[in-house]
Amino acid sequence: MLIDALIAGFLVLGGFFGFVGSLGLVKLPDPMTRLHAPTKSTTLGVGGVLVASMLFFAFKEGHVSAHELLITMFLFVTAPVSAHFLAKANLHRGYPTRLPRPEGSQWAHRSPGTDTSAEVLADPEPEPEQPLTPPEGHGH
Amino acid sequence: MIAAALSFAFGCFGLALVLNLWRVIRSPGVPDRVLALDTMVVNLIALLVLYGIQRSTAVYFEAAVLIAMVGFVSTVAYAKFMLRGDIVE
Repeated sequence: MLIDALIAGFLVLGGFFGFVGSLGLVKLPDPMTRLHAPTKSTTLGVGGVLVASMLFFAFKEGHVSAHELLITMFLFVTAPVSAHFLAKANLHRGYPTRLPRPEGSQWAHRSPGTDTSAEVLADPEPEPEQPLTPPEGHGH
Repeated sequence: MIAAALSFAFGCFGLALVLNLWRVIRSPGVPDRVLALDTMVVNLIALLVLYGIQRSTAVYFEAAVLIAMVGFVSTVAYAKFMLRGDIVE
């Protein structure tokens, strides 16, 4: 009875998160945020269904199978890789169009006196003019 | 109780597949289409596992593993094509 409730709970959880992932794919506003919903929520939903399947076959059918573990491992390894590739494709096509600026002066390259190399880069001293003559004593 | 939960999960993943199909057909950009196809593959794996629970056979896990592998490879191939204009250079 307890196992029945546990399996049913995992099934409902998995179905809910799978549906939320696909709903987010439709409803979220721009491509980079749309990348969140399927990669996180749908993976969690499939994970719930696979845990329910493992419990079902272990306690109802009486044999433990490693196939669910294999599918879970494969999905959890490949989902971030494909999401990374799609994020790279989004960047390649020009999304997001405007990146947010850093706020405040807590950044090292913006607060005075903390990063001297950045200040030198921001206000470089003019170098003295060197005449373009070859160094002497090195005849070829 | 398990039967009712199975019906609920079937309905959820079926609706999710319909939403993904709508996103594939009406999409603002090519990466969104590829993302929707990838999500369709993941939802299809969940549907296969649910069907295996309902029929209480372990036959469908092999199909789920194969579809997971093919889905990952196809997503990477699509992304590679979007990035480089070519898959195997």
